[in-house]
Amino acid sequence: MEPSWLDPSWLSALALLAVALVVPAGMLIGARILAVKARRDVATKFDTYECGEEPDGAAWLRFHPRYYVVALLFVLFDVETVFMLPWALTLEQLGAVAWVEMLVFVAILMLGWGYAVRKGAIRWQ
Amino acid sequence: MIVLFDSPWLHGALLGLVVSVSLLTVTAAGLLYERKFAGRLQNRPGPTEVGPWGLLQPVADGLKLFQKEQIVPAAAQRFLFLLAPLLVVVAALAGAAVIPWSAELMVADLHMGVLWALAMASLMPLPVWIAGWSSNNKYALLGAMRTVAQGISYEVPLLLTALVPIILTGSFRMGDIVAAQADLRWFALWPPGPGAVAFVLFLLTALAESNRIPFDIPEAESELVAGVTVEYTGMNFGMFYLAEYVHSLVASAIAAALFLGGWDMGPLGSGLHWMLLKTLLLWAVIFWIRWTLLRFRSDQLMELCWRWLVPLGLGLVLFTATWKVFA
Repeated sequence: MEPSWLDPSWLSALALLAVALVVPAGMLIGARILAVKARRDVATKFDTYECGEEPDGAAWLRFHPRYYVVALLFVLFDVETVFMLPWALTLEQLGAVAWVEMLVFVAILMLGWGYAVRKGAIRWQ
Repeated sequence: MIVLFDSPWLHGALLGLVVSVSLLTVTAAGLLYERKFAGRLQNRPGPTEVGPWGLLQPVADGLKLFQKEQIVPAAAQRFLFLLAPLLVVVAALAGAAVIPWSAELMVADLHMGVLWALAMASLMPLPVWIAGWSSNNKYALLGAMRTVAQGISYEVPLLLTALVPIILTGSFRMGDIVAAQADLRWFALWPPGPGAVAFVLFLLTALAESNRIPFDIPEAESELVAGVTVEYTGMNFGMFYLAEYVHSLVASAIAAALFLGGWDMGPLGSGLHWMLLKTLLLWAVIFWIRWTLLRFRSDQLMELCWRWLVPLGLGLVLFTATWKVFA
């Protein structure tokens, strides 16, 4: 059968997604109803918990640039796997040509990887 | 394939309900099993008090979580804070749509099956990030940041190892992949060598994706109190816990289908029971790893992924392709 976007199994998968939303939502709503509530609240109950220290300002601070480097590496390699997916499907028909092309592609990619390693993008110290 | 109703919506909804509720029930039972198992590993009996042999312990835990007061900190962003525990379970359950329980029993045999599973697995960092950000707590934010970094990093080797069975089968469809492993030609065994490595690597990265020890950096209770879950109480907290277990259970099932032949057991016949047995065995291995190993440090984890696992995954893909084209 020719795969198609109208394949009815997509609708089944979407239905499961809806069920997977309803079941935990039901559990959370049930917990809302069953949960105890304090008759009288103390103000400190709603404080941010940071091990007993008074929280010093909001938590929304600047963070370390190494996370940006990880995000860049991720974009690089994730796009590469996106190219690999259709290649993996058609490898049998295309044969050695596709094999050589992927070899070249990965070789170029590994050059970039080597550069990232040399630059210390991977070492988090 | 068994079709419960002509309408794919009804089929998906009913079978999806059965699968979702079963997964959650098995998870509750798994919690007791894990505590018993951990007890035996540490030469103690585990829970014994609630019910005969402690069998009612998960029920008691569940009831306790349901009763606890749900506190939203004053500094938190209320809407996102309450949304995250819901989404985290949705992300964990959604991958179950394409698990091939048996040749006849599947919610949806998508022609993009493996991609669906991987896409849903990679949704996980988003609700965790929502939780960490909306908590407005420094521990929660640090935990969430590490989770996102870890989640997106380990997604790359996960995809690369999942490519090994895809290349060997030439299809994304879960049913095709299991069928291609008929007569015990499991991908974990058959191209001797790389299949086994890919299987171990897949299980490892799936562990990292579901944030289990040795990859539970985001929680890291000894450094970050409880990571993203620090501000959550009651069932809101329970949802994160549940999601972690469901996620690892779904990952075990996907690994069993991709590498261990799924429902097929060669001369011993085939059927739902083999799939369940393989899935639960892999799940037990995950518990075993949890109670044996220590936690990695965050930077060691990232270096392991980018320096070793990504090139190894690429090597596996190329080796498998060579096998496919020339052998």
